[in-house]
Amino acid sequence: MRSFFLPLLVVAWKDIRLELRTRELVTSILVFALLAVIIFTFAFDPTPERVALVMPGTVWVAFTFAGTLGFNRSFMLEKDRGSLEGLLLCPVTRDVIYLGKLLGVFLFMSLVELLLLPVFSALLNFPLLDLRLIAVALLATLGFAGVGTLFSAIAVNTRSREIMLPILLLPVAVPVVIAAVEATGALLEGASFGEVRRWWQLLLAYDVVFLVVSAFLFGFALEE
Amino acid sequence: MRHDAPAAPKAGRQAPRAALAASRAPGSWGGAGRGDAVGPHGLILVVSTLVTADLALIFLWVPTETLAMGVVQRIFYFHVPLAWVGFLAFGVVFVASILFLWRGGRRWDALAHASAEVGVVFTTLMLFSGSTWAKPVWGVWWTWDPRLTTSLILWLLYVAYLMVRAYAPTPAQAARYAAVLGTISFIDVPIVYFSVVWWRNIHPEIIVGPTAQPGSLEPEMLVTLLFSLLTFTLLFAYLLWERVRLREAEDAVRSLRGLERSE
Repeated sequence: MRSFFLPLLVVAWKDIRLELRTRELVTSILVFALLAVIIFTFAFDPTPERVALVMPGTVWVAFTFAGTLGFNRSFMLEKDRGSLEGLLLCPVTRDVIYLGKLLGVFLFMSLVELLLLPVFSALLNFPLLDLRLIAVALLATLGFAGVGTLFSAIAVNTRSREIMLPILLLPVAVPVVIAAVEATGALLEGASFGEVRRWWQLLLAYDVVFLVVSAFLFGFALEE
Repeated sequence: MRHDAPAAPKAGRQAPRAALAASRAPGSWGGAGRGDAVGPHGLILVVSTLVTADLALIFLWVPTETLAMGVVQRIFYFHVPLAWVGFLAFGVVFVASILFLWRGGRRWDALAHASAEVGVVFTTLMLFSGSTWAKPVWGVWWTWDPRLTTSLILWLLYVAYLMVRAYAPTPAQAARYAAVLGTISFIDVPIVYFSVVWWRNIHPEIIVGPTAQPGSLEPEMLVTLLFSLLTFTLLFAYLLWERVRLREAEDAVRSLRGLERSE
C-alpha cells in the first residue's frame, strides 16, 4: 500500500509545489472560466428567469473549456522542460504516475470551481453554493480530469497540440457534461439528492470505468 | 495495388527487396502475391454482383411504402446497413486496438486504421442518409433523439481518432495513441447512449422516433433489408481488405524510403 500511495503523492506534490511557486495553472483556468461566464451573460441578457434556465449549462461549459486548457498545460510543462523523461525514469509503475498527475489536476480544477461558484452566485444573483452541488461537481471533475489526463499525455506529442486535446476530450466527456448539467439544474430547482440519483450514479460509474481503463492505458500513451 | 510498383533505387537493388520482404514477413496480412491473385478479385466480383442485385431489389422489386412515407422510405434500405456497418467497423477497431496493445504487431494496427477509415465513411453516409430521410418524414433535418445524438458523437470520436493518427510524429506513436483511443472511444459509446436517453426522457420529445420496427415490415421489405445488410457487410469486408493492403504498401514504401536515406 505504502509503495503505491507514497509515490503517487510525491508525483502530485511535485505539481502542487510547482503551482505554489508559479500559480500559473490555477490563475489561468480561473480567469478563463470567469471570462467565459461573463461573455455568456452578454449572449443571453441575464434576467432572473433566463439565468435559472441557462445557468447550469453556462457554468459547466465554462468549467469544461477552462479545464481543457488546464490539462493541456499540465503536460506541456513536462514535455517542454524535458521533465517527462525524469518522471518516466522514476522507479514506479505508469499507473502511479497517472494517478499522481490526475490528483494534481483534480485538485487545481476543484479549487477553481470552489472559488468561482460563490463569484458566479454573486454576479448572476443566483445561489450556487450547496453541498450536494459541490459533491456532483467533484464527481464530474474527477471523471473529466481522469480522461483529460490520459488524453493530454497523447495530445502533447501531436502536431497542433492545443487544439487536439479538446477535439479528443469533448466527445468522450459528453456523459459528464450531460450528467453535471442535468444534476445541477435539478438541484437548483429544489430536487433532493435522491431524485437526481441517476445522474450522480452515472458520474460514479463513469469515474470508475474511465479511471481504471485510463490508468491501464496510460503506459502506452507515454512511451517514446 | 501492387507492392513492388515503386521503382527501386539503382544503387543497392537487392537491399530494398530485402526490406520489402522484411516489411511483409513478420506482421502483415497474407503472403506476397497470394492475396493479389485471389482475394480481392474474387471478392470484388461477388460484391459487385451483390450490389447490383441489391440496387435492383431496392429500386425495382420492393413495393413502395404507401401508408405514410412513399418513395422516401427506400432510403431505409441504405440507412440501416450503413449504420450497422459503421458500428461493426468500430467494433473491429476496438478488438484490433486491444490486440495491438496486448500482442503488438503492425498488422493489428493496420486493421484498426483501415477499419476506422471505412467506418467513418459509412457513418458519414449514415448521418446524411438519415437526415435526407428525416426532412420529408419528420419535417426536420435533425432531432436530438438518443440514437441520432449518439451517432453524431460516435462520428466525432472516430474523426478525432483519425486526426490523432494524422498528427502523431511517428508511425509507432500514431499506432499506440490510436490504439488507446480506439479502446476508450468504444467503451464510451454505450455510456453516451444511456446518458442521452436519460437526458431526453427529462425533456419530453415532440417528434416520435423512427417507427419502422422489423415486425411491422412487409415480407418483401424484410427480404430487401436483410439482403442489403448482407451486401453492405461484404462491401465493408472488401473495402477493409483493400485498405489494409494499401496500408501495408504505404508501410513498405516508408521503409524503402528510410533505407534510401540511410545509404
